[in-house]
Amino acid sequence: MLKGRVHKYGADVNTDAIIPARYLNVSEPAQLTRHCMEDIDRDFVKKVKAGDIIVATTNFGCGSSREHAPLAIKASGVSCIIAQSFARIFFRNAINIGLPLLECAEAVANTGAGDILEIDLSGGKIKNLTKNMSFTATPYPDFMAELISAGGLIEFTRKRLASRRHQSEV
Amino acid sequence: MTLAEKILSAHANQKQVMPGEFITVRVDLILANDITAPIAIREFGQLGLERVFDPQKIVFVPDHFTPAKDIASAEQVKLTQQFAREQGTGYFELGQMGIEHVLLPELGMVLPGDVVIGADSHTCTGGALGAFATGMGSTDIAAAMATGDIWMKVPPTLKFVYRGNIKKWVGGKDLILYTIGDIGVDGALYSAMEFSGPVIDRLSMDGRFTMANMAIEAGAKAGLFPVDAKTIDYVKPRARRAYKVYQPDNDAEYARVMEYDAAKIEPQVSLPHSPANAKPVSQVGDIKIDQVLIGSCTNGRLEDLRIAAGIIKGSKIHPGIRCIIIPGSQQVYLDALKEGLMEIFVSAGAVVTTPTCGPCLGGHMGVLADGECCLATTNRNFVGRMGSPESEVYLANPAVAAASAITGKITSPEEIIK
Ligand code: SF4
Repeated sequence: MLKGRVHKYGADVNTDAIIPARYLNVSEPAQLTRHCMEDIDRDFVKKVKAGDIIVATTNFGCGSSREHAPLAIKASGVSCIIAQSFARIFFRNAINIGLPLLECAEAVANTGAGDILEIDLSGGKIKNLTKNMSFTATPYPDFMAELISAGGLIEFTRKRLASRRHQSEV
Repeated sequence: MTLAEKILSAHANQKQVMPGEFITVRVDLILANDITAPIAIREFGQLGLERVFDPQKIVFVPDHFTPAKDIASAEQVKLTQQFAREQGTGYFELGQMGIEHVLLPELGMVLPGDVVIGADSHTCTGGALGAFATGMGSTDIAAAMATGDIWMKVPPTLKFVYRGNIKKWVGGKDLILYTIGDIGVDGALYSAMEFSGPVIDRLSMDGRFTMANMAIEAGAKAGLFPVDAKTIDYVKPRARRAYKVYQPDNDAEYARVMEYDAAKIEPQVSLPHSPANAKPVSQVGDIKIDQVLIGSCTNGRLEDLRIAAGIIKGSKIHPGIRCIIIPGSQQVYLDALKEGLMEIFVSAGAVVTTPTCGPCLGGHMGVLADGECCLATTNRNFVGRMGSPESEVYLANPAVAAASAITGKITSPEEIIK
């Protein structure tokens, strides 16, 4: 169960806003967090607390393929992002590195900055404790659920490689 | 099946694939750059493998912050170079290096029918050659370096058909800016774009690269062009391995078909801060600029430089304006040099730099200060993209960029070349 305070953003939050390219001469998540959301929300780094939740409207994470974007968000303590829709590469990257994302237009429409949400990831249940409302996110396709439950793409690949080795030994 | 579905099904060893289906596809080329490779290499290290699956199919192009702009960048480049050496993968040192999406097609490393994945969103540029080329993150690249394949969700295909006679000074950049202006930055989200029609048939390869390059700016996974005689002419002298040409079926199912009358499309300018804010240049108004950038993986090819030089020839860059010209690769540089284009630029008061991404992503070699305004032939004009979050970027084709460099404000090429 995740619980945290909401930071709310609009449409098309791009990866240059999440982590500006000028800071990409390093790749350590801890260094990246210092500039997380800098060009869209200067105070984010000061405000964000472990467990917080980002809520945004459409096409969150559009732009570049930089994995630095979900890495910076994850390392800043954000526990989950809820949006109406996500940009494709950002979605992949976040799932691959184990940053939970939920698509739920209703929750987005009914959640404001500062609200407290409680999220049960396994069932995609979102509760807005401030407004006392509940929502259900679009369920993950089976393949993605498998990827998530493996703990991300690296773990998933490790298992695949092991079973390949096993097969070639048999 | 659509072109994207044809290529994906062949690489998934399936007779057929359906949009929405999750598949595992074999990859023909894996790419990362100096920004994304270090994370991919770190994640690859987590897998505990000695070797990558096939070093011939992996290539690193350090193009973003090179020539290394500071110590931290130099470290990232060094780490990438060391890994490439140890593993025997492709690597392009300064002197061979070009902007990845200009360089790889030019060297015949991206070929028709390929599945190409790159840890760079503009990997979709390869779609101009009839390849399924798509950007991913570093962890995806790490996994693919280990296994030689990658998971994908089959995208629905949107078809874009361009008819009519294209106007003077209108090129691939204008067609794609116009299209993104029409459908929006998420207009092709999760989809493949397939470009066709008489206008596309007549469009040069360089123009097609420009269009495929910006498919991601509409949210697309890939932007593909069916292979024709022009593609084959481009590919034949370059290819050093076998390739296969796929064509979309006549009865392919498209999620949507969009038709455009190219005769109605003027040179476009995308206003800050979204590529979708596209307007005809005649309607932009009086916008003074501080800098012009002609280059990038979008418009850093020979044809682009020829167009710009044709307009700048005999004129001077407006005083107080910085005009930066960045050839996309060493080959483009050399060809432009031989044709005398560089002399035109330099004697007009522009600077020509070594191939690099540089200012396109606010890295180096032309970063913007607070309140400054740049007209660039690049692909993104997000807040802070080229420097200060208080700066502004307008996107346009090389002709508009060259004309504007002469007048110091956003200008239609028609005003310079009567
Ligand atoms: S030129 Fe710009 S858009 Fe192209 S790869 Fe380099 S940074 Fe990315």
